[in-house]
Amino acid sequence: MANRTGALEAPAAAAERRSASLWGDAFRRLLRNRLAVLGGLFVLLFIFVAIFGSFIAPYDYREQDLAAVVAAGGPVGPWVGPHILGTDNLGRDLLSRIMDGARISMIVALVVQAVVLFIGVPVGAAAAWFGGRLDTLLMRFTDIVYAFPDLLFIILLSTALRETVFGRALDGLLVVFVAIGLTAWVGMARLVRGQLLSLKETEFVEAARAIGVSDFKIVTRHLLPNASGPMIVAVTLGIPGAILAEATLAFIGLGAQEPRASWGKLVFDGQAFLRSEPHLVLFPALAVAIALISFTFLGDGLRDALDPKLKGKQ
Amino acid sequence: MTTTNGDRPLVEVEHLAEFFPIHGGVLQRQVGEVKAVDDVSFTIRRGETLGLVGESGCGKTTVGRLLLRLLEPTDGTITFDGTDITGLSERDLKPFRRRMQIIFQDPFASLDPRAPIGASIEEGLRIHQIGTPAERRDQVARIMELVGLQPYHARRYPHEFSGGQRQRIGIARALVLEPELLVCDEPVSALDVSIQAQVLNLLRQLQRDLGLTYLFVAHNMGVVEHISDRVAVMYLGTMSEVAPAQEIYRFPLHPYTIALLSAVPVADPGARARQKRIILLGDVPSPVNPPSGCRFHTRCWLRKQLDNPTRCETERPPLRDLGPDHQVSCHFAEELVQVERREELIANAAAVSSARAVSDEEEIGPVELPPPDTGGIFDPAAPIGDDTPGHP
Repeated sequence: MANRTGALEAPAAAAERRSASLWGDAFRRLLRNRLAVLGGLFVLLFIFVAIFGSFIAPYDYREQDLAAVVAAGGPVGPWVGPHILGTDNLGRDLLSRIMDGARISMIVALVVQAVVLFIGVPVGAAAAWFGGRLDTLLMRFTDIVYAFPDLLFIILLSTALRETVFGRALDGLLVVFVAIGLTAWVGMARLVRGQLLSLKETEFVEAARAIGVSDFKIVTRHLLPNASGPMIVAVTLGIPGAILAEATLAFIGLGAQEPRASWGKLVFDGQAFLRSEPHLVLFPALAVAIALISFTFLGDGLRDALDPKLKGKQ
Repeated sequence: MTTTNGDRPLVEVEHLAEFFPIHGGVLQRQVGEVKAVDDVSFTIRRGETLGLVGESGCGKTTVGRLLLRLLEPTDGTITFDGTDITGLSERDLKPFRRRMQIIFQDPFASLDPRAPIGASIEEGLRIHQIGTPAERRDQVARIMELVGLQPYHARRYPHEFSGGQRQRIGIARALVLEPELLVCDEPVSALDVSIQAQVLNLLRQLQRDLGLTYLFVAHNMGVVEHISDRVAVMYLGTMSEVAPAQEIYRFPLHPYTIALLSAVPVADPGARARQKRIILLGDVPSPVNPPSGCRFHTRCWLRKQLDNPTRCETERPPLRDLGPDHQVSCHFAEELVQVERREELIANAAAVSSARAVSDEEEIGPVELPPPDTGGIFDPAAPIGDDTPGHP
């Protein structure tokens, strides 16, 4: 080959060139998108509160201010006295409880979506790429998981694993979150399979194969980035679903348990006082809403940033 | 280019076949197969351009894909530079991947829309672990200049380029590994005519400078004539005729090739009037259930004039030598060797075609066609059928 290389010795440009990559370009484009940056900042804020909430909260989330409850004759309203957002019927500071709830709600959001991506993407990608029997097998399995009652599955799994190390992690909540993820990955698997089925027939895949790129790298470097838009939207939309699923489970005794709080649980608990003390529902619900909007802005920005065709049109 | 096997063709293809299964029914059983390529043999010599032509669906693209092992052949062998690559695992095939590359028809689909073109071009070097990152960038820049792109465009994305530029990117991606064989799968069909010439000239120049060997797949006879040393004509998964380019355009010997070439538009109106067009009747038969014997016998004008010999239906004609470097797969190709007999047969076939064209055009109902052997009633030289609708 040596003599052939000589023939290619066209004048080489001396200028140093930075090689571009999709992810680097996407990050620069993301930073130019104001809404996405705002959403990202809020997400970071929520994560910060989730981690350090117990240090910066005005009160301990368990601490009861019984004198204030007696004085008010029920839950203390917002903006009266030392409790900025008021207290619940047991005299616990609502702001502190929302800050503590951020921990569980953010963990559920991230753990569930991590499980969804970790299982859904490989299953969908393998089904689409290899096709044939494996495709049939995986998609029928997906159908079975889809058809299995979610709640029953979560109850069974968390009960079965209750006494194990995994079952005890995070006060028994981790197993519940993973169980929610294990019921939720089917949508992602179907989405990825559908996207990849159309992408794998394109000529740039053939070009990559002709170069000698391995199957794994074709899927991860070429196909998945091209399918990233719908995947990001699905993850973004899945986050509120996971937060609300945890609240549902808390209601039947599987999610966060007293005296711990999660946003979903606070909303459920506050419903009893909806008429007299709407702030008990309003503020946790507002926290959920702001988190959702932040994730959505960030997700939309990420999706647009990953699409080079939208460059400069944001 | 110096190589150890100087005499041997770079590529030898023997009895290549590709059948795509058709699944149907509730159980998705195999109910048939598309015989896309059926027993095709040919060679590609070092440094030459072999043009591969035929109608769409004749299997020429499949042949190109099979050569690169992008498809697994059902049968037959492909020998690349003395090594049978048909049975190689993907791992053993990797060194050969470097030596043969492909450029595609559709410059819009053949580039990853989410990869900067520099990354697309560089990918081959990365995969084969050639050079340091800095060396790879230099090589990418060199190749981009070689194909007429600005190296600073490496950071841009495919959608920012025109069709012709993208085709150059595709060529750069193929050339960055310094291959010996380049399969060009209709590389100019999707481009404007003005750009076609640019890309063809670029391909010719690269061949001269780099000593490349091309398999040039196309359906446009004019483009193939411009670039090929030899031309292979395919019909319905089989090879009809292989000959040097000048020979095949001047004196084709397979009835299908003659019909195909008679349909090539001629710019000179005088020559066009004299052109004897043979219009083939009917459609190309389905490759799922191809005709027995000679694949072309259902539409063959030569067979009709020879009073439909049964041999065409029962016996498959092998590709046999008729003249130097000229191979034809037709039982009766000898009929076309002698010039006077050939002219007579072609004139008759053209007369039948023009008569049909007139009747179709004026909708005067069925006209009585002259018996094929009489000729002369319709002057084949008359410009009757030249305004036929259905331009080839």
